[in-house]
Amino acid sequence: MNAPGQPAKQGARSLDPHLRRYAARTAGMTASEIRALFAVASRPEVVSLAGGMPHLAALPMDSLAAEIGDLVATEGLVALQYGSAHGVPELREQICDIMALEGIRAHPDDVVVTVGSQMALDMVTRIFCDPGDVVLAEGPSYVGALGSFAAYQAQVVHVAMDADGLVPQALREALAAVERTGKRVKFLYTIPNFHNPAGVTLAVSRRAEVLEICARHGVLVVEDNPYGLLGFDGQIYPALRASDPDNVVYLGSFSKTFAAGLRVGWALAPHAVREKLVLAAESATLCPPTLNQMVVSRYLATQDWKGQIKTYREAYRDRRDAMISALEQHMPDGVTWTKPDGGFYVWLTVPEGIDTKAMLPRAVTQRVAYASGTGFYADGLGSRQMRLSYCYPTPERIREGVRRLAHVLEDEMQLHLTFGPTSGRAVSGPQGPSPDTA
Amino acid sequence: MSERWVAVLSGGLSHEREVSLRSGRRLSAALRSVGLTVEEWDADSNLVGRLRDHRPDAVVVALHGGEGENGSVQTVLEMFGVPYVGTDSRACRRAWDKPTAKAELVRAGLTTPEWVVLPHATFRELGAQPVLDAMVDTLGLPLMLKPDQGGSALGAQVVRDAGQLPAAMVGCLAYGEAVLAEKYVEGVEVAVSVVDGPDGPRALPAVEIVPESGVYDYTARYTAGLTDFHTPARLDASAAKAVGELAVEAHRLLGLRDVSRTDAIIAADGTVHFLEVTVSPGLTETSLLPMAAEAAGESLGEIYAALIERAVTR
Repeated sequence: MNAPGQPAKQGARSLDPHLRRYAARTAGMTASEIRALFAVASRPEVVSLAGGMPHLAALPMDSLAAEIGDLVATEGLVALQYGSAHGVPELREQICDIMALEGIRAHPDDVVVTVGSQMALDMVTRIFCDPGDVVLAEGPSYVGALGSFAAYQAQVVHVAMDADGLVPQALREALAAVERTGKRVKFLYTIPNFHNPAGVTLAVSRRAEVLEICARHGVLVVEDNPYGLLGFDGQIYPALRASDPDNVVYLGSFSKTFAAGLRVGWALAPHAVREKLVLAAESATLCPPTLNQMVVSRYLATQDWKGQIKTYREAYRDRRDAMISALEQHMPDGVTWTKPDGGFYVWLTVPEGIDTKAMLPRAVTQRVAYASGTGFYADGLGSRQMRLSYCYPTPERIREGVRRLAHVLEDEMQLHLTFGPTSGRAVSGPQGPSPDTA
Repeated sequence: MSERWVAVLSGGLSHEREVSLRSGRRLSAALRSVGLTVEEWDADSNLVGRLRDHRPDAVVVALHGGEGENGSVQTVLEMFGVPYVGTDSRACRRAWDKPTAKAELVRAGLTTPEWVVLPHATFRELGAQPVLDAMVDTLGLPLMLKPDQGGSALGAQVVRDAGQLPAAMVGCLAYGEAVLAEKYVEGVEVAVSVVDGPDGPRALPAVEIVPESGVYDYTARYTAGLTDFHTPARLDASAAKAVGELAVEAHRLLGLRDVSRTDAIIAADGTVHFLEVTVSPGLTETSLLPMAAEAAGESLGEIYAALIERAVTR
């Protein structure tokens, strides 16, 4: 019933009275048919190969619970209090020790702790990009990064990759093409190790060349490295930041090596950039959660975190093996995929004419979900690709999911035999899964 | 009435799970606001055990698509003898299949856009292009393609050019085995909710739908602000009466019970065309039945509480 004195509404009515007030950057923030389908993926009947949730069941929950309880009991007055936007000093020192594994020599003052590395990415984009500025990113690229770039109205130009990661010649050509338009490239965003979503790693032999090209063109490098310690054979690749401290902003995260829900990540930046990042972070959140930072710090100080990473690596390797062998066993001819040496993801390419976004409802009907490729491009490409993640489901579920997916693809290929190659229909809104999609 | 406790069923495994969860949450809050005790249940493998062990006074089906609308869940509720709000299983099955519902209403003299329904197998076995050509010859362009079953405009598309047809067919067939192609009728798009009461079914005020993009697709439906609504619709008295009567007629002829929503279009010549009906209208923040209820000066909670009483006592 209406409130007393309030008549039933008559006439034109928008359900959002603020519609004309929104900033232009909200243009893509609409309901998404694709995103809605991921709601089904949370049900146990569906094998979800769509999300990127880490395998937290591998964590020693009992000892963590004891440590966190003790932390609050003994240091609660600090842990539950405001902190510095820069981050807890002890944690920043420990982060430097971790980065040393990748050859990085850094001072804790140049580390800024953030609410996950996603916030670091947002801060970096905020301080560098005006609307219309160009950001280079591998094609495909991390969907969350593309979201940040879109939020600041940066234009993304993709740079091709092959099995050895970013192609230096493609980088040169992309830079030249942008420069010809008179626009300015602000930075190259790259995930050199165990790429999300492509699953490939930038060859060591290419790293110096990529850095040299960017330096010559006056382009900053933003190195996003959440998976660097998750190489299945234990190999740790040298960070780009290790070779060029002055022109690389390095982003790190505890989400994959410890616990994603704590939302603790960091940026390592040259001094002047770091100063701006601290101020930008302060305006966004005042400070990262002190308790969560202290939990991470306590974990690093008291637990066998390197052993835990080894446990994670072994679990993910088993799952990667399950996925690759199932793909080999079940996938129809014409389907190809990457074979990652670490990280969470396989990037799969289907035969020409099939649109993985249009196929997703069929997959959900068959109780399997994946992330269609278009979400990982800013320019509409990726319709023939999909990202499959093996981090969360058990090997048995992965095998079953791939088996179902193969049937879905066979049905879709039959449909395309009937109707011929199609480009798929346009679908609005975000197309990547939300962070809590299994 | 405040003694009643009810289970609101939402979620499920259909493509419309997310919309259903939102409907369920909103309905549950509305029912609590009028004093009912409400539990929100997902339609999952726990359902049968819950029905057996925690028998509610009534179940309200807020599932959209699939088992929640095709009569399957209703059949289970009937087998367990649990009172529920909504259409019975047999009528659900009839209304759920859009071509079946259209055919039945046409037989009874209602007007609906000319249509054909074809499964993938027909295109595969006879060759797609000649069948698509015949479809265009029969219905003209533009035409409306939608899955023959399902709602929320998932997979629905206006096809204005014959060259778009193959891609639209593939997109549509991702949601089901057959496609319903309709002649596209330009006009004023309205939705009319029908609610059963002591004097029989009555139509709530028609809601006129004016999507910013021109097409009331999934994004236009569930992004607040991308569609303007007029409640009641900007219709003259005779047109308003005609759409209300159409919705009530569809409700009666298809044997629907308690609540339904009919989508219709009023062409430039004044003809009212039935488009489709749902036995489980959306109840989200952007849904049409809550708007119609508000325009009628009624609350969602009161409407459904009355329907619950009907279900418990019939």
